[in-house]
Amino acid sequence: MMAHLDRLQTALAAARDGGGERYVTRHLERGKLLPRRRIELLIDRDAPFLELSPTAAAGTDYAVGAGLVSGIGVVSGVECVILASDPTVRGGSVNPHTLAKMLRAYEIARHNRLPLFFLVESGGIDLERQVDLFLPGGAMFRDLTRMSAAGMPTIALVFGNSTAGGAYLPGMSDYVVMVRERAKVFLGGPPLVKMATGEDATDEELGGAEMHARTSGLADYMATDEHDALRIGRMIASRLNWSKLGPGRRREPAAPRHDPAELLGIASADLKAPFEVREILGRVVDGSVFDEFKPLYGGNLVTGWSSIHGYDVGVLANDRGVLFSEEAQKAAQFIQLANRSNLPLVFVQNVTGYMVGSRYEQGGIIKHGALMVNAVSNSTVPHITLQVGGSYGAGNYGMAGRAFDSRFLFTWPNARTAVMGGEQLAGTLSIVARQAAERSGSEFDEAADEERRRRLADRIDAEADAFYTSARVLDDGIIDPRDSRTVLGIALSAVHSNEIKGTDTFGVFRM
Amino acid sequence: MDKILIANRGEIARRVIDTCRTMGIATVAVFSDADRHARFVFEADEAVPLGGAAAADSYLKGDAIIDAARRTSADGIHPGYGFLSESAAFAGACREAGLVFVGPRPETIAAMGSKIESQRLMAQAGVPVVPSRTIDGVSDDEAVAAASDLGWPVLVKASAGGGGKGMRIVRSDEELVEALAAGRREAASSFGDDTVYLEGYVERARHVEVQIVGDRHGRVVHVYERECSIQRRYQKIIEESPSPGIGAETRRALLDAAVTAGSAVGYEGAGTVEFLVDGAGGFYFLEMNTRLQVEHPVTEAVTGLDLVRMQIDVARGGALPEQADIPPAHGHAIEARLYAEDPGRDFLPVSGTLHQFRIDGSVRVDAGVYDGAEVGIYYDPLLAKVIAHGRDRAEAARMLSEALAGARLHGLQTNRALLVRVLRDPEFLAGDFDTQFIDRRGVDELAAPLTSAADAEIHALAAALSDQAVRRSGAAVLGSIPSGWRNNPSQYQEVTFRRGEAEILVEYRLEAGAAEARLNGREVRAGHLTAAEDHVEMTVEGVHRRYTVSRAGGRHYVDSALGSTDFVEIDRFPAAAASVAEGSLTAPMPGMVRRLDVAVGDDVEAGDVLLVLEAMKMEHNVVAPTAGRVIELRAAAGEQVEAGRVLVVLGS
Repeated sequence: MMAHLDRLQTALAAARDGGGERYVTRHLERGKLLPRRRIELLIDRDAPFLELSPTAAAGTDYAVGAGLVSGIGVVSGVECVILASDPTVRGGSVNPHTLAKMLRAYEIARHNRLPLFFLVESGGIDLERQVDLFLPGGAMFRDLTRMSAAGMPTIALVFGNSTAGGAYLPGMSDYVVMVRERAKVFLGGPPLVKMATGEDATDEELGGAEMHARTSGLADYMATDEHDALRIGRMIASRLNWSKLGPGRRREPAAPRHDPAELLGIASADLKAPFEVREILGRVVDGSVFDEFKPLYGGNLVTGWSSIHGYDVGVLANDRGVLFSEEAQKAAQFIQLANRSNLPLVFVQNVTGYMVGSRYEQGGIIKHGALMVNAVSNSTVPHITLQVGGSYGAGNYGMAGRAFDSRFLFTWPNARTAVMGGEQLAGTLSIVARQAAERSGSEFDEAADEERRRRLADRIDAEADAFYTSARVLDDGIIDPRDSRTVLGIALSAVHSNEIKGTDTFGVFRM
Repeated sequence: MDKILIANRGEIARRVIDTCRTMGIATVAVFSDADRHARFVFEADEAVPLGGAAAADSYLKGDAIIDAARRTSADGIHPGYGFLSESAAFAGACREAGLVFVGPRPETIAAMGSKIESQRLMAQAGVPVVPSRTIDGVSDDEAVAAASDLGWPVLVKASAGGGGKGMRIVRSDEELVEALAAGRREAASSFGDDTVYLEGYVERARHVEVQIVGDRHGRVVHVYERECSIQRRYQKIIEESPSPGIGAETRRALLDAAVTAGSAVGYEGAGTVEFLVDGAGGFYFLEMNTRLQVEHPVTEAVTGLDLVRMQIDVARGGALPEQADIPPAHGHAIEARLYAEDPGRDFLPVSGTLHQFRIDGSVRVDAGVYDGAEVGIYYDPLLAKVIAHGRDRAEAARMLSEALAGARLHGLQTNRALLVRVLRDPEFLAGDFDTQFIDRRGVDELAAPLTSAADAEIHALAAALSDQAVRRSGAAVLGSIPSGWRNNPSQYQEVTFRRGEAEILVEYRLEAGAAEARLNGREVRAGHLTAAEDHVEMTVEGVHRRYTVSRAGGRHYVDSALGSTDFVEIDRFPAAAASVAEGSLTAPMPGMVRRLDVAVGDDVEAGDVLLVLEAMKMEHNVVAPTAGRVIELRAAAGEQVEAGRVLVVLGS
């Protein structure tokens, strides 16, 4: 586990390094603040900040973090989603990972009804990747104004370039603050204007803060410097008259009786070694109190009521990886109950899938698995997913995997996600190939098969790695297991910003 | 005498009320508008408002005070010290009104009130005196001649004065003319009499005084001497008894001379005979103070006597015991006068709110102030007298310096550091000093903050961690999440405090029960950490301490065994450029514009006086820092101005 944590620390450090020393130095020499420092000044002192997908794009051709910082922070007492372009990374330009990270942050803001701050300084989209970005990138603007339409305030603080398409970021925001002599917001810069109309215009005339504050009216506030812009941003948040819609916490938070630091020793680095999930829950939930539901039935899935940082929740946690019909039915009932009680659900994933084999197929494992997936898909209370081990096959779906719209999904660094394990997948393909060879009567090349099996297994295993999936924004970030309670607490507080209301309406349950 | 009106204010009014209470005597206070919330007003059985604020409009209004006594049927008046205590006219008016004046006869006050007359009388009685000349109705040339006659340097002193007001050392004839004018002005405004006189100046002199008491039956006794050589601006700040600097023989001669002096004028009541003692043990009569002295508690401490009770007893016609029955002195007592003042700016008085006032330790504290007291510009800025009584001098000095160092004096700048440094000074402790001690030692060095820069940084950390706790406990959302939690920490929490001119950048990151911090870059770890709104406990650099944190008037105050510090937090969003135009000269303190010496358009040289501000009965010159032209005058003569107000704008 320590090795996994080292990888996490290394990746986070790389994210903090942004575009590297040369670009960071140049940025600082211009008297500008780094994106994380801007965020630190925006948020309330001593309040927490949960960075989302900090290791996006790790292991790809792009810089770790994808040139964008996103997270949940408190601005003048208001929980907000905060986005900040990192101008040290290719001028803050948008690549496909950046887009994915940005749209996910928007989604978190929208689903949880959180006001959105965008600290803009971006050179726009990476033109070399325009085919991947231009059309889907419209969502950057569409979602911003839809958020506004849904009553979520959007606030753009413009620190530098925000040109061409990027100009619509402030353009689509409820409040716009621009830094004097720094912000440049225009559709076309001086060269483009010269080419298009022959006009000689300076960039200040085309899109300076002074012009937008005094002439075009695009800027609502002109800040004298970056600090001033952040001060104005805090003032705006303080005047939003913002109230959360959720019922809030019902209990006084109480620290777990067992030390969360011990989580490192409980989760296994080798996922083949099972571990007792109640040991994890006892180090996460308030007072280590967990009121278990159906403790004698479907024991491979632990369900029960508990609270985290004072927020009442229902918990579904895999104990031994495999799900049988009993577990699936228990899950469906429990999800229905949580919807009746309007309680958020926390899914603790360590699942190898639904049981296979003739006995289980005949016992209706598909029907029962479908029951669980149906319940998860149609449940309307907020779901938060924590992946503490493996997440394989349809088990991932049933346990609120990425496709199932959890409000938040966090991953421990030892976690692995795939349709199945590398060895199983490669072995399955090998059997299929051998059978095909037998049917066609051709000779089966054992050595080639062995080589193919090994290579495939290695690739699948690499792709199942938490850092691989997190790089592709298939979660909301890898976290230190010891931070689980804190992260869940922040997530639960965020989901309470929106109404929490269960449903009676599910798909047709096959019985 | 069944009911005494106290014609005074502050600590001395409380002091007199206390003794009256032990004697079964009812008390009446009088108070100015500025003192309407003061403690002595409520501690007296009754109080009569005098109106006004300035002394001349309140505590110096003898008629109003006698009227107040009549209205409350008081039959005696205790004048305290200062104000009307040495006014022969007032003492006479009391007698005419049928009131007992707790003090000497008006004739004695008049005779001793004139320094020249008193010296003449003393010389006649065979008491050695310092040569002096009255400068009344003489030309400047004659004054210079008189000074040369006495021998330079000379002192210019107010004839009706005391407490160093209007006193100046003059070393040359050029200085003399200006010093006479200024001395007269100050004498007139402080004492209502502009007569000044010149006195020979004794170099390296000690100031030793003898407490005497006389009754109406012709007996005068002494109650030992007090050493008052630690002075600033001719005002005593540390007084003690017995004097460490005189031998048994000199002491005997001094005490005898004091009784002779008192007997020569048929002294009644408590009085003090002041002497200058030179390095050779020779002494000269300086003056006689016909009142209770500020520093009387040191005498009380070593003798166990209550001097106010003795005053009242003799005023009632009671007889004093014989000299032999005066209790012997035990141990050693030292008093320190705690002032609201800025030693670094020539002891300018400081006004404002005293947010917290607390002095612990086994010391006597005579104070007029309390938590939240407003210290105004109208009266003497004395906050408290702190008196330690030890087995010996070293112990008394230690008790006093510890009590002062640990005192909580929040809101106002004081002379605390200077007092503590003097009390810990090896020369002082050796008893080897004279009236020039403070000047020789250097005010800046003595008055420098007691807490070192490094310790102040630890205090700044305590302030930061306490603020952090306040913010976390008051957080509207996510209050239960660990303070400053980050999953991707890029920097510490930051706060910058200003302490005096220095800035302290505090960076910290909390962990469970601890904090990692950088204090101006110095890495420290705060272990065993508890942080709350009013205190922080932590182990820093191997030592666990409790730090008390409070906030008032935009400042943080931190007190611990490391000392007492105050900080102003610097806003993390720096404000735009200063709004005061270049060349603006501001009022250094609140006060009244006495006169304008320049007009708009005047060209001035560096050092020229532009206007004179009067505050706390002293005159402060606002001078041109550079040569230039007066562009704007923003104040008029007679106008009351606040500190920081722009008075004059100079341009080139």
